[in-house]
Amino acid sequence: MTAKLTPSQTVGPFLAIGLPWPDGPFVVPEGTEGAIVITGIVFDGAGDPVTDALVETWQADQDGRFAHPDDPRGAASPGFRGFGRCPTGPDSAYRLVTLKPGALPSPGGRTEAPHVDVSLFARGLIDRVVTRVYFPDEGQANEADPVLASIADPARAATLIAEPDPGALGRLLFDIHLQGDRETVFFDV
Amino acid sequence: MAVHPPTSGSGLAVPPYERPSGVHPPLDFPGYRSTALRAPHQPLVLLPHRLTEITGPLLGAERVTKADADLTAQHEGEPQGQRIVVSGRVLDSDGRPVPGTLIEIWQPNAGGRYRHVVDDHPAPLDPNFTGVGRCVTDSDGRYRFITIKPGSYPWRNHQNAWRPAHIHFSLFGRAFTQRLVTQMFVPGDPLFFQDPIFNSVPEAARDRLISRFDLGLTVPEWALGYAWDIVLRGRGATVFEQPGGHR
Repeated sequence: MTAKLTPSQTVGPFLAIGLPWPDGPFVVPEGTEGAIVITGIVFDGAGDPVTDALVETWQADQDGRFAHPDDPRGAASPGFRGFGRCPTGPDSAYRLVTLKPGALPSPGGRTEAPHVDVSLFARGLIDRVVTRVYFPDEGQANEADPVLASIADPARAATLIAEPDPGALGRLLFDIHLQGDRETVFFDV
Repeated sequence: MAVHPPTSGSGLAVPPYERPSGVHPPLDFPGYRSTALRAPHQPLVLLPHRLTEITGPLLGAERVTKADADLTAQHEGEPQGQRIVVSGRVLDSDGRPVPGTLIEIWQPNAGGRYRHVVDDHPAPLDPNFTGVGRCVTDSDGRYRFITIKPGSYPWRNHQNAWRPAHIHFSLFGRAFTQRLVTQMFVPGDPLFFQDPIFNSVPEAARDRLISRFDLGLTVPEWALGYAWDIVLRGRGATVFEQPGGHR
């Protein structure tokens, strides 16, 4: 017997009362050895910052493992939450503290470059939009990544690669553009 | 250079989740004005389900207390409004329950006002109502909230626009692919016809957002009851196990 899927609806403008958690932005505690910061601004089609969005992330640990029973390699020991959640506030930026994930094996014998899956929710998005963050110091792995390779236009694929912050080691900038010349690649997941 | 990634092959077996069609609203829906500057213009790129997509955060009991499921008991006094029980099951589309999964809800008070600084609807705040709840589904995928019936509110999307009464629901399921944020409506609301958010859903799927009055869920002489099941994406009829893959 199959059941019929429940449709998506927007989070609306008031998600901030229901979804943010005090520890949401901290996939690992601030100050954890090897921690990195992923931060950025979400822009709408007019180039204005979106101040009422929620950015959520999901990723493997540093060894490329998931603490999840459906990982066919077996679940990694729990301890790394892998999940981050940060609203874009009045300053319009989100900021997540995490660890850089490891590369992942992929069906067919290929390897996925280290990446973070991202869901973005906001007023005006009737369904979440999904994107990925890749890492700027993984040039070779990014070249071989099957998802980046599936994006025909290299300029578009480049929207998924975070930029190092020249002023801060371990800090990566990843702006999300919902529309416009620099529209981020979004996935049908 | 478009190289299409393999979706199957020897070695690692990653059974994908079903891909819904005719269920979710289109991102670009002009009747809902906020989509105009926010819905992406470029076509979405197909993302085959691999390890990151078939896993997901398994957050549960450690994030909730029992009190989080009763929105009428979070303050010294009781909130104004009609007490209701909202209960149902979280299932996947193969009909299997989704146990131990976190559900988060938020809603306005009985007068249609959210406890949020940006909500300037001139209805009073209720000092006894925050409008935020959480719970974790039981082993049968069942959840149960006690709350008050949310009010409708105006929202300036079009001339004299009013939202039908609704409660926001956020669900994780067990995989990134199953993540869902939606809204639950109550049956018989007179405002459905003019609500572009509700009507953005393909017509055949719209009534899945409307809960059902259920006398069996009422608490006699205390609260009305509404039943609403939530169905997340499953893996289709042909789920296969990787031999020796699970430990």
